[in-house]
Amino acid sequence: MDEMQESIKNYVVKEYVEDDTELTFDSPLISGGIVDSFSMVSLKRFLENKYNISIPDDKATPEAFDSVNKICALVREYVK
Amino acid sequence: MTNIGSYEERIKNFDWSISEKELDYKPGDIINIGWYCSDRICQMGNAEKPALIWEGSTGNEKRYTYNDLRLNSNTIGHFLRGLGIKPEDRVCLFMDKIPELYIGFLGILKMGGIAQPLFSAFGDESLFVRLDNAQTTAIITQKKHAPKVRKIMDKMPYLKHLIIVDADPAKPLLDREVAFDMEKSEKVDQFEIHPTYAESPSVLHYTSGTTGQPKGVKHVHYSLISQYLTSKWVLDLQDTDIYWCTADPGWVTGTSYGIIGAFSNGVTQCVLDAGFSADNWYRFIEKHKISMWYSAPTAIRSLMKAGDEVIKKYDLSSLRHLASVGEPLNSEAVIWSEKVFGKPFLDTYWQTETGSMMITNFPGMKIKPGSMGKPFPGITATVIDAETFEPYIESGKIGLIAIKPGWPAMMRTYWRNEETYKNKFKNGWYLPGDRSSIDNEGYFWFVGRDDDVINTGGHLVSPFEVESALLEHPAVAESAVVAKPDFVNMEVVKAFVTLKPGFTGSKDLDLEIMNFVRKKLSPLAMPQEIEFIDSLPKTRSGKIMRRILHAKEWGEEIGDTSTLEDD
Repeated sequence: MDEMQESIKNYVVKEYVEDDTELTFDSPLISGGIVDSFSMVSLKRFLENKYNISIPDDKATPEAFDSVNKICALVREYVK
Repeated sequence: MTNIGSYEERIKNFDWSISEKELDYKPGDIINIGWYCSDRICQMGNAEKPALIWEGSTGNEKRYTYNDLRLNSNTIGHFLRGLGIKPEDRVCLFMDKIPELYIGFLGILKMGGIAQPLFSAFGDESLFVRLDNAQTTAIITQKKHAPKVRKIMDKMPYLKHLIIVDADPAKPLLDREVAFDMEKSEKVDQFEIHPTYAESPSVLHYTSGTTGQPKGVKHVHYSLISQYLTSKWVLDLQDTDIYWCTADPGWVTGTSYGIIGAFSNGVTQCVLDAGFSADNWYRFIEKHKISMWYSAPTAIRSLMKAGDEVIKKYDLSSLRHLASVGEPLNSEAVIWSEKVFGKPFLDTYWQTETGSMMITNFPGMKIKPGSMGKPFPGITATVIDAETFEPYIESGKIGLIAIKPGWPAMMRTYWRNEETYKNKFKNGWYLPGDRSSIDNEGYFWFVGRDDDVINTGGHLVSPFEVESALLEHPAVAESAVVAKPDFVNMEVVKAFVTLKPGFTGSKDLDLEIMNFVRKKLSPLAMPQEIEFIDSLPKTRSGKIMRRILHAKEWGEEIGDTSTLEDD
């Protein structure tokens, strides 16, 4: 577990989880219906703001956003 | 052989009695959609035929035969009646695409209630305005969505029951809450179905307009006559089909064609209750051998974006017929589907108020990619002049789409808003609010909305609702909301915002406002882009000129600015 994983997971729980569902770093976010395709835009904006990066739209796919671990892998590609 | 056969032959001497006869309905008879979608199919000898194959996000699966549909809808109807819910009471379905949503819909109709489906991603404010307008008696929901209802319970004294279908036995229920477990409930074999007639209200769907609050579109049980026949002739539903309608029953496609059209035709339909991914959708088609697929342009463009390589991993040869609804299907998407699936998606045009398809492409008809197609038999549609409301005689002229009222699934009114309903008719025509042209072969070509309503991913969003929500944010002084072009969703919400003194536009404030609107209204209504500006363009009388901002987003001519106030 690292700071990025924890921080992204906390944000997802705070913003997108409506009940007391337990989330792991591998929980399916998009295919699991926790984050929908419209809300992905706000999640992408959060990542760009927090890590001071710009994620190209064609990389922000449902597959790339489907778990905290996958998001971390994507973010790390752009963090200098 | 397609069900419709020859379109040209069908439009000659068409009468809705064709559908009535197929359904063994005579004017004046009892007609209950819940019965037609379950009991009748059983009586026709198909009780053990699979009706609903449901798959959740973890791949878990549930299967229901038509007899299961009959028994479970009886059980839900019995339960609601036992709570004291009366015919014509509004019962809201606020759930994900779980079996209880589909079967609960039929159960409400069987006991004579009015089903009021609402999209489960709605935030508490969107939920409240719709429940308050309908004065809803009961809500059926899941425990995950119950907190949004609890937040507004105190403002709804008319709401007598919050029914939770998956309540946690370890947690006590609150005042007015009741648990109902469809799977574990003792099944009701004999249920006295409420004797509804052609004009008895059935469904209340909410839709957004440019101004004012969302409008409740009232439908009646007679809508079945249109929904049954359009499903049969346009979706070409046949006995052996495995049908997949990707729409959520929180919206009209999900009820008209994801419940009523499918089950009244007695087909097997599959439902995937999971978020979108190209891999998962193709896997679902392969696994269930989907043959008829009714989807939306947004989904189709998302699949296009995912590329053609992923398609090669799956056997999609079961696909026989494809159709699309929601917003205009661009010609590139039609051509792409023909290339990768070997058949084009056929566009269908209709809306919440029309209840069933109006202008469509038919199986076997010459397809002009990008065209809406031709009117369904029995539908008189044309394009009229926006000033005189007279039909254009010559082809190619752009005007308002106009439809002669009187088809079975036509809305009967807007709930508690008769005046707005009446304003939808001009010179004897019903006006859906869209513009198009008709070519010299009678094909309609969509041009755009005739108002400021935003069509995002096939769902209408009212700029007024978003602007009202924005004004509740402490930093926002004024706002104007317009559509912004988007490859996947056709349009997305863009907000222009001026800030109150002491606030400065920043990336963090931008995100905060986005999330504020998303939670209050819905993810669809969340501005995908916010532009902080010093002042909004207004007329001298102080009215915000959205038109100017819209033109800027779409790279169009700004037009007449003579009424614009001076800087």
